[in-house]
Amino acid sequence: METLFFSIVAAVAILMSILVIRCKNPINSALSLIMTFFCLATLYVMLEAPFMAAIQVIVYAGAIMVLIVFVIMLLNIRTESGRRTQHALFLGAATGLFLLFQTWYLLSRSSLTGTKGPIDSAALARFGHTELIGQSLFTEFLLPFEITSILLLVAIVGAVVLAKKKL
Amino acid sequence: MEIMGLPLIYYGAMILKVLLAFVFVLLTVAYATYAERKIIGHMQVRIGPNRTGPMGLLQPIADGIKLFFKEEIIPAQASKFAFVLAPLVALIPAFISFAVIPFGDTFEIAGYKVPLQIAAYADQAGKVFDLNIGVLYILAMASLGVYGIVLAGWSSNSKYSLLGGLRASAQMISYELAAGLAIVCVFMVSESLSLQQIVSDQGGLFGWYIFRTPFTFVAGIIFFICSLAEINRTPFDLPEAETELVSGFCTEYSSMKYAMFFMAEYANMVTVCAVTTTLFLGGWHGPLPPVLNFIAKVYILMFVCMWVRATYPRYRYDQLMKLGWKVFLPTTLFLIVGNAFWITLFQK
Repeated sequence: METLFFSIVAAVAILMSILVIRCKNPINSALSLIMTFFCLATLYVMLEAPFMAAIQVIVYAGAIMVLIVFVIMLLNIRTESGRRTQHALFLGAATGLFLLFQTWYLLSRSSLTGTKGPIDSAALARFGHTELIGQSLFTEFLLPFEITSILLLVAIVGAVVLAKKKL
Repeated sequence: MEIMGLPLIYYGAMILKVLLAFVFVLLTVAYATYAERKIIGHMQVRIGPNRTGPMGLLQPIADGIKLFFKEEIIPAQASKFAFVLAPLVALIPAFISFAVIPFGDTFEIAGYKVPLQIAAYADQAGKVFDLNIGVLYILAMASLGVYGIVLAGWSSNSKYSLLGGLRASAQMISYELAAGLAIVCVFMVSESLSLQQIVSDQGGLFGWYIFRTPFTFVAGIIFFICSLAEINRTPFDLPEAETELVSGFCTEYSSMKYAMFFMAEYANMVTVCAVTTTLFLGGWHGPLPPVLNFIAKVYILMFVCMWVRATYPRYRYDQLMKLGWKVFLPTTLFLIVGNAFWITLFQK
């Protein structure tokens, strides 16, 4: 049952990600990307990570994609007839082959060690996913967490300075 | 008999709960339109609809039939796929938020305990499990509501629709932040994201989160106002400001598609009132039987929405943005800090 559900979600995810790059219309591409995020959120739920799933929908589908759609609307980009040159085709094919090779290399060289961390399904059920994430963010990964927030702050200040020359 | 480790009655109860909640929301939506016209009518010393049926009570049904039989027009230059998709995208998030809202206490049928919340079940020992990120789920669905409007605005290929859609997306992103931050005050008191737990923690009048600390009181009010802005109710209904934008994002829509936007607006109103009730006003706790308490609170809040609509003029666009970013956002941030101090000083 779960495998069947997983295959359906995975198939939709792959189909939608293909549509993201194949759609002529930028808004339809964006819609397909949103669908892909939804499928990813579903996969997170299946991996017993409901918090990640909710954040995936809130941040990616709810905020970032709204901004992308907003920009597409603001610039009023209509269907573009894509120019497909020989160079572009060749470069695309080369990159694709390289990525395929890389994936194959990674999959064939690495092996699953079977080491288990302290957090398993029982721990998730006892403490809850959100609590566990909060705990590790504020103890083990406190420094990266704070640095990330400072980075974001810098980005915000930078955006304001760039957008408003006269403050 | 068991499916995936859960008894069959669990699935039966689930379907029943879905039907119950769905019918409740649909009926409320239909009669909210009537109530709104009547209430605003009385507030403005008019009578309101009174021709169809006794006291105009059949008016929503007549409106529905009328809209259903109207001609369906899709503009020639519209982007068809997105144009057809938009009303659905607007309507669905409004309804599915109800999946996590507890609308009543747990009750027993044939030895099984059934919690009155769609996405919840009780195990053999009677312990109730629900989605332990219920609040985040509601936030996620609220953030999706914007797509219906944005898509409608873009796909219609009309300047009024486009402007309406642009305004809607900017407005919703701004107010989502303040609404989300206002909810953080609730988390700090409840120490849980599960709505089941949040409601069961609010027994008694002064157990309601809105009366728990002075900061949650302000947070509750800000959350309700931000929610009004998020669902484009007056005084924040700029995306469909008829004096400037004809009818905003739904200018080009007709027939059932227009009706779906209309339904989405009212369904959003029901959802927002239900969420506010659950998070701040004690959910189903109160003097009446649990389900009736919940419904009464939701209806009172909906009355407040209509009252606001009859009373306040529309905000100007720059005022709206100033209110969101320069008033509500700093205030909610201050509330979070203040609430943290209050809880550690007085309630630990």
